[in-house]
Amino acid sequence: MSDAISDAMRDTVALDNVAAVRPIRARLVATVAGFGAVTVAVCLLAPLVGSTQISLTRVFDRSIPFANNVDAQIFFIARLPRVLSGALVGAALAAAGVVFQALLRNPLATPFTLGVSAGASLGAMLVIILGVNIAAGSLPAVPLASLAGASIATAIVYWLATPYRRAMSTSVLLLAGVTLNSFFSALIMFVQYIADFSQAYRAARYLMGDLDIGSFDPLVAALPLVTVAFVAFATLPSALNMLSLGPDAAATRGVDVVRAQRLAFFSASLATSAAVSLAGPIGFVGIVVPHLVRLMVGVDHRIVLPASTLFGAAFLVVCDLAARTLLAPIEIPVGVVTAIIGGPFFLWLLVRRS
Amino acid sequence: MAARTKKLIAAIAVLIACAISVSALQVRLKADTTTAQRGVGANARIVSLVPALTEMFFAIGAGPQVVGIGNFDNFPPEVKTLPRVGALLNPDTERILALRPTLVATYGSQTDLNEQFARAGIKTFVYRHGGISTIFQTMRDLGDATGHRAQADRVVRDLQARLDAVRTRVKGLQKPRVLLVIGRQPKALREIYVSGGQGFLHEMLEIAGGQNVFADVLRESVQPSQETLIARKPDIVIETHAEGMFQTSDVSGEQAVWSALSSLPAVRNRRVHVLIGQYLVVPGPRFAQATETLARTIHPEAFK
Repeated sequence: MSDAISDAMRDTVALDNVAAVRPIRARLVATVAGFGAVTVAVCLLAPLVGSTQISLTRVFDRSIPFANNVDAQIFFIARLPRVLSGALVGAALAAAGVVFQALLRNPLATPFTLGVSAGASLGAMLVIILGVNIAAGSLPAVPLASLAGASIATAIVYWLATPYRRAMSTSVLLLAGVTLNSFFSALIMFVQYIADFSQAYRAARYLMGDLDIGSFDPLVAALPLVTVAFVAFATLPSALNMLSLGPDAAATRGVDVVRAQRLAFFSASLATSAAVSLAGPIGFVGIVVPHLVRLMVGVDHRIVLPASTLFGAAFLVVCDLAARTLLAPIEIPVGVVTAIIGGPFFLWLLVRRS
Repeated sequence: MAARTKKLIAAIAVLIACAISVSALQVRLKADTTTAQRGVGANARIVSLVPALTEMFFAIGAGPQVVGIGNFDNFPPEVKTLPRVGALLNPDTERILALRPTLVATYGSQTDLNEQFARAGIKTFVYRHGGISTIFQTMRDLGDATGHRAQADRVVRDLQARLDAVRTRVKGLQKPRVLLVIGRQPKALREIYVSGGQGFLHEMLEIAGGQNVFADVLRESVQPSQETLIARKPDIVIETHAEGMFQTSDVSGEQAVWSALSSLPAVRNRRVHVLIGQYLVVPGPRFAQATETLARTIHPEAFK
């Protein structure tokens, strides 16, 4: 799936830059092929590994009814949706991280900087703690509430930072986002504090992230949102290159700054909202994957964005593989693993390069 | 020269002041510990912050001495009129002190609170959840602390007799493999917590004639992945939840979410049971009743 998206992205990028197409196109093809191969390999191998030994011939044996085929159930219910959601969430968070870092012109920006995930978490937490049990179709209340919370946070930040028909002020955006983040975090702590003990524990667990979705339904629900976000991302890389020089410099080079900023802000917020409502706020992917990728391929967003998307997917799938196997039958929260594996790896790369 | 001397004198004065205040504090602390023995035994005024302990106080006849309870306590019905003073994470020290207790029952992790009460000269009874033997021992200890040891012994013997009755009922019956779920997200098979091979829930399950599918994990609670749930093939799934976590009106809807794992023998044989009641999850004197419920659920044939 992430292959199709990067294909679309490559075409769009190529169309945008007919003049300077030769060198960048060759680099893009090489990068996407390299990162794509890693991602596809990881996504194919990950469902084969787990806490239980399963036989692939039994998994695909049609003569055994599905209801009796434990191996097939483990493969199709427990592992495959989990690996795919890991790839989707990893890709979305890493790409959103790239976009936010360019938009805010700040290397410390993450998909969670502007309060989207705090809004999502507050929504989820309220539902967990108030014990709301409504479900819309196959979607339980928690993802719905987190999506609502993320949308509200996005709307508030946008409203605060955008004067009518003028470019967004990135410093206002950043300050408004960071403040909103703290505000929502304080509300989260308050809600957690007044909650019943076991609910408070569940709420705390939610904040560590979880990809064990157990069916394809949540994945299918999140997919349209992520797709829309990635279609928007595909139009962005050249504008992001210019925006990272500053809005004025970008405007003098013919970028429609207002439009590009809005598109970047809303598409990255949408990708983040979808990822968080699917798997909770999994930290670290959105900040470190873009930097890791930059250390490997340079700073051109036409390369960095597709490469981060692919690498983010592979990275989160590998982290989740560790989460579900290392201490089996006990799960390790995946948000813990991303930082424990990703942190030292990033530092090693950083030290080696400098 | 004169300025330096002044500074020196000032410094010494500050040191002396510090020394005096520290020793005064120590004298006060000593005075407090000597008065700490007042109001124990049958004269104790009790504040209990732990639901299981509150139930035990009432079961052993110390109920009339309880003057304050935690926010989550709602059994027995007599507690409804008592003042509430916070709980595990938010104990209201001021309100507790205002009730003039001589014994405060706290949870083991509330170390700061225990020190505070020690300074105030109030005895604390520190408790941690454990197995069934912990429940019995705690009841006897509470009996000693409140002057109701004889009644506590009687209650313990009664509870043991009820457990023995359950054991006799299920003796010789085949032990099905049971998954005991103690928490999950409503309407979804996510964030599932189950009983591992330690603690009162596990022991209750074994007495009730079940075989815990996570008995090998020596922890009180385990968060397994969906994969492990499928691989462990439980014959019966029992969920126990306190009221308020799941809506009692929608038990069948909560049972239905398990149909996603159709290879579980429990799902195919329609042996998914969602049980709701605080008595099922509080390690207090009602655990014998909870064990009976588990046994009836696992072995309905033995109770005909």
